[in-house]
Amino acid sequence: MSLIDNTQVLSFTFNGKAYQGYEGDTLASALLRNKVRVVGRSFKYHRPRGIMGVGSEEPNALVEIHGAGTCEPNRRATTIKLFDGLNAKSQNHMGPLNFDVLAINDFMHPFLAAGFYYKTFMWPKAFWEKLYEPVIRRAAGLGTLSKAADPDSYDKGFLHCDTLIIGAGPAGLQTALNLGLAGHNIILADDDFRMGGRLLSEDYEINLAPALNWVNETIQTLESLPNVRLMSRTSIYGVYDHGIYGGLETTTDEIGSSKPRHILWRIYAKSSILAAGATERPIAFANNDRPGVMLASAVRSYKNRFDIDLENTALLTNNDDGLQTDAAHIFDTRNGSYVTDVGGRKGVRSLTLNTGEKIAANHLAVSGGWNPNVHLTCHKRARPKWDETLRCFVPDPKTLPSDMSVIGAANGQFSTHAAFKDANDVTEKLGAKPSSLPQTEDAPINVSAFWHVKGKKRAWVDFQNDVTAKDITLAHQEGFSSVEHVKRYTTLGMATDQGRTSNVVGLAVLADTTGQSIPETGTTIFRPPYSPVPIGAFAGTHRGQHFKPTRLTPSHKYAAENGATFIETGYWKRSQWLARSGEKGWRDSVDREVLMTRSSVGICDVTTLGKIDVQGRDAGKFLNKVYVNTFSTLKVGKCRYGLMLREDGIAMDDGTTARLSETHFVTTTTTAKAGPVFRHLEFVRQCLYPDMDVHLISTTDQWAQFSVAGPNARKLLEKIVDPEFDISNEAFPYMACGELTICGGARARLFRLSFSGELAYEISVPARYGDALIREMMQKGEAFDAVLYGTEALGVMRIEKGHAAGNELNGTTTAQALGLGGFVSKKKDCIGKVLSQREGLIAEDSLQMVGFIPVSSQDKLTNGAHFIPKGETPSPETDHGYMSSVAWSPMLETYIGLGFLKNGQNRLGEVIQASHLMGNSHVDVTVVSPHFFDPKGERLRV
Amino acid sequence: MIIHHPLLGPRDASEFVYLGDASLMNRPNPKSETAAEDFHRYQYLRDNPVGQHRELWYHEQGDRSWLVVTRNTLTHDITKVELARDVARSQK
Amino acid sequence: MGYSAFRIFKEAVTGHKGWKPVWRKAEPLAEYDIIIIGGGGHGLATAHYLASKFDQKRIAVLEKGWIGGGNVGRNTTIIRSNYMLHENEAFYEFSLKLWEGLEQDVNYNAMVSQRGVLNLYHTDPQRDAYIRRGNAMMLNGADAKLLDAEGVRKMYPFLNFDDARFPIRGGLLQPRGGTVRHDAVAWGYAHAADKRGVDIIENCEVTAFDIQNGKCTGVQTTRGPIGAKKVGVAVAGNSGRVMAMAGMRLPIESHVLQAFVSEGLKPLLDGVITYGAGHFYVSQSDKGGLVFGGDIDGYNSYAQRGNLPVVEDVCEGGMSVMPMIGKARMLRMWGGIMDMSMDGSPIIDKTHIDGLYFNGGWCYGGFKATPASGYSFAHLLATDTYHDTAKAYRLDRFSRGYMIDEKGQGAQPNLH
Repeated sequence: MSLIDNTQVLSFTFNGKAYQGYEGDTLASALLRNKVRVVGRSFKYHRPRGIMGVGSEEPNALVEIHGAGTCEPNRRATTIKLFDGLNAKSQNHMGPLNFDVLAINDFMHPFLAAGFYYKTFMWPKAFWEKLYEPVIRRAAGLGTLSKAADPDSYDKGFLHCDTLIIGAGPAGLQTALNLGLAGHNIILADDDFRMGGRLLSEDYEINLAPALNWVNETIQTLESLPNVRLMSRTSIYGVYDHGIYGGLETTTDEIGSSKPRHILWRIYAKSSILAAGATERPIAFANNDRPGVMLASAVRSYKNRFDIDLENTALLTNNDDGLQTDAAHIFDTRNGSYVTDVGGRKGVRSLTLNTGEKIAANHLAVSGGWNPNVHLTCHKRARPKWDETLRCFVPDPKTLPSDMSVIGAANGQFSTHAAFKDANDVTEKLGAKPSSLPQTEDAPINVSAFWHVKGKKRAWVDFQNDVTAKDITLAHQEGFSSVEHVKRYTTLGMATDQGRTSNVVGLAVLADTTGQSIPETGTTIFRPPYSPVPIGAFAGTHRGQHFKPTRLTPSHKYAAENGATFIETGYWKRSQWLARSGEKGWRDSVDREVLMTRSSVGICDVTTLGKIDVQGRDAGKFLNKVYVNTFSTLKVGKCRYGLMLREDGIAMDDGTTARLSETHFVTTTTTAKAGPVFRHLEFVRQCLYPDMDVHLISTTDQWAQFSVAGPNARKLLEKIVDPEFDISNEAFPYMACGELTICGGARARLFRLSFSGELAYEISVPARYGDALIREMMQKGEAFDAVLYGTEALGVMRIEKGHAAGNELNGTTTAQALGLGGFVSKKKDCIGKVLSQREGLIAEDSLQMVGFIPVSSQDKLTNGAHFIPKGETPSPETDHGYMSSVAWSPMLETYIGLGFLKNGQNRLGEVIQASHLMGNSHVDVTVVSPHFFDPKGERLRV
Repeated sequence: MIIHHPLLGPRDASEFVYLGDASLMNRPNPKSETAAEDFHRYQYLRDNPVGQHRELWYHEQGDRSWLVVTRNTLTHDITKVELARDVARSQK
Repeated sequence: MGYSAFRIFKEAVTGHKGWKPVWRKAEPLAEYDIIIIGGGGHGLATAHYLASKFDQKRIAVLEKGWIGGGNVGRNTTIIRSNYMLHENEAFYEFSLKLWEGLEQDVNYNAMVSQRGVLNLYHTDPQRDAYIRRGNAMMLNGADAKLLDAEGVRKMYPFLNFDDARFPIRGGLLQPRGGTVRHDAVAWGYAHAADKRGVDIIENCEVTAFDIQNGKCTGVQTTRGPIGAKKVGVAVAGNSGRVMAMAGMRLPIESHVLQAFVSEGLKPLLDGVITYGAGHFYVSQSDKGGLVFGGDIDGYNSYAQRGNLPVVEDVCEGGMSVMPMIGKARMLRMWGGIMDMSMDGSPIIDKTHIDGLYFNGGWCYGGFKATPASGYSFAHLLATDTYHDTAKAYRLDRFSRGYMIDEKGQGAQPNLH
């Protein structure tokens, strides 16, 4: 009945040596086929280890595959489907696998008992980091990750279904068949590359024929049903709220494939059925970790499914299920016969029995009973309960998620018949008619409570982490009696197999030590993921340039053609400056952009500012609530600056609002706050004032907007705006706004606003015309030597004007601190007004925004410097504030800065030290008004 | 998590932005003599219950509705979803 | 007899028979001078310092489950003192100094390892904020270094310098920051407190406070009533639930923060790295696992588990900044309950109830605060005055307008 196709030979290497396996092999079965016994080293004692299991429970056989730049560490040899050209190597050894230098740890084991490291390495103090820890770190760890970027790709997908069935053994297949034939939308997922579960590995009969026939027929039927999706090589790794399941599909392990390595599925299921089977557990006795000591079920799998005869096999079992294993010697603990020790370091050579007799053997199949795979029931915090007859934890229906059923071996129903019966029962529960029960075996396992052979030598419980029965006893002796404490102190169950084979044995040893029963001793919580998931799969395609979306401004293409350097502003890329040939550095470009703007005309793309359309009869009243100043009185055709507070009285955002009609306002936000402000306005509208007649819509992406600034701004715009619109200073004064047409009939909005302090406008057109408009303006502007300027020049000009921006609106500053206290209307309430009056926010020595100029014009200012009074030693007590924005002003030919200084507005003229301690720079600066350039604002009104 | 939007049906919670306790809809009267203390309690103090919690979620990647969701903070089970605007109106 | 290499040698050759419990399993007495509710890092540290630095006697720590089972047992183990506001920086620097002498103080190796904490920056405003922050650190006597992109590349050449949506432009490095073996902190403090006679009482859940005439005189527990002259609450994560028993509403919400660990790997990452353009911070444990985390899920929760969008968000951040980790497999994910306060900073204060003291609101920075939190809380409990570095952590700071808001996010806990 084997599932090996020995007509298809696959070549692979292990530790550089070439071997051959067959189609249908795993790496583990192929290594066993080639009689490779030692495949790895344990974590702490570096003991030689062989293959112990057959699936994801494998604690020992961890390998690296591929090597070099694509090395994938810690892969379980039992879960790698063999492919032609696979290169695998063992890991966690110093020197060759067979001569691991660190195996010395095994001889030092009395000194390396559980938690030894907590009790030493403390003296001399400096030695921990210099000596002990580096040695420990080098010895620890398992596989090696190449430090190169992961070259593989990963994809994600979303699926919806009525029922997700997890596990395609007899219970899962039968349920899928029932529900599939009833027309339910079903997903059947199994982590093996071949569906069938234990039926692939046991020589059972179903309906008087080999079980494999039933498996094949069932799969054939399921494949023919359009409402059934079969997903092999898919591990359901986690259960999340409201019927969401995480699945990891391994598409391929081969490199160079055009497929993504994994697909991370998010599955939305109305209900789920856990049919994940059970995992056999070992028995703890001396040297039970030697290569050749295997789980009995694995021995049967390798024989039946993979067609490998493990020579000279003995059996140790405490239950009937183990007796199915072919063995030359049988030791049944229920008859008082068991193994006490194993001889042979790199592979079993002999077994010592409790009678003292020593017999020769090369393999020992061990069955200590079965643990239902209840892990996924625990992800939403259900607790399994102990079944004293089955001697295992089974799901507790009282704590199970209401949309999850557990059937078959996962539910403690270990016989094939019981699995089918569970499947039919759950089918009826889901309102479908089950098909007839297949005839098959129904043998009880009759397990006894035989967990551990006591003795002086070490008996392994957690194989990978080298936790022995003695470690658990020692932990208890030292007061670590709670299961969680034992786990943390000894590292029991914390290896990459997540305690699949060790948790219950460990619990039993602990219970034995404490004299309590197992349920009194406790259980541990299983957390996701069920099987480890590559970080790359969770990230999917969201890496590199695609980590986050990219938003481009309407002038992006034009700017890119004209030497722009772009800068990330949230998801936007904005022009930072546009270099011209001959310029030596960014400062040259920025200075030129400022000077050209202030002397003639400059254009800046300000599309990124948030734009919100506010319409309705109560629009003015609404804006009065969200801004500190009044908007209901704003005349149609006019704009007004507005400051918005959070309810805690701190400045949230600022911007301008234009009134286009009695019931129509257009408000702008800063680039960074476009989203949060819109959310806040909707909160105020829907949750606080639901009866106001006002509606909001974000139009940030709909309008391309450009600032046109400089003495020649109007002259330029007159070439753009259609002639029937008068934009003279008289007809369209400072703070005017209006809808008009440009370039022969294109719809546009014009606002006479200035951030730069120049005669300036903001012109907006539907976004699709943005590129055409910037090209048209730059062409028409050639007559004035118009310049396109970036965010740096924008920043320089706003600092020259003393306007607060993101660095000042940093979420801790009040209207008063920003010098905008005068804007707060005394006549009306607004969001934030009450709490803005708390003593800490209006205290005399609170921080206030002022300007700073270096005393020596040669000195450079540093943003983030702290202000220390002259002659004082820098300390928290002498810290009087901090610099928030600095720029070189080409107009004033000096550095200038904005910053926050205690009681700053009353300290103009004072010389203070701006200390950048990290840069060891201390610059004397004079406290000045933040309005450095054209303080009276004459230029913007002409 | 999945939130059953009263207008749009089941939606993944990642389409939403969370604000907090629905008591944030009960903005105190700014003209009250106790306004300072009322606003302090309103803005800063929370019941923070284990169990049923009425809370505000905003459908930012959707229709921009604010919703009042009744959700258990221990099990994450959602028992009720309402449009905040309806709730706010009914409270007036 | 204390712990030492000599002791290990002696026990090894005599069969480990002499090891005694790291702390006694104490039975509760009828009354104590001081009861600490919460056997986590902060509660145990408080007990240790009360006994060792403030000469207090008759102290008990009451723990509802097993000690160290809360956030000290589930965090990303990072210690640092890289704050911007003096109210925080002075406190966290005090904490870092206590970490530096912890093992010798408690005679337990908690593996304090100062491997450096590097916060990356990606924009000019971020750099400016880091300069302000680094200077504030130095004003408080901490160490801070500003690195440019080349400086970062020298330390960590495997970061994504070539294909990043948000290129790395530099970083703020605190060389004295690092990691600590988190469970050992609880055990070490328990060991040291126990040696000075503190009763550590596990499986003892407080069910009510005894409050008469505005004074707290003790607690009711699942193991009977226990009287006390003073009761200190240090149950972060559950602060809201416990203080509700005293009739108090707090400026705190409980949120879930997920954390993650990968399978063991040979050493590849020496220090702690925090991504500045996504939610991702990472270090590698001595055992070899990458320990990493990101943002809170963002909704009120006591469930100790989170959901997938945050898992994906964290891994996307990780792959963006450190694309070599794609094949590292996530071994476990878990969730802890965080006391998210209204300004992102903690509270160590008396309450309006005489004899009842509160310590909480640690957001997701409580682990690194453990020593200073314990010391300051002990100071307050023993002397009824505030420790110098913790005097700003008052309950009334919100009504008075003295918020300590590092991130400038205001009264919205899930943004801190």
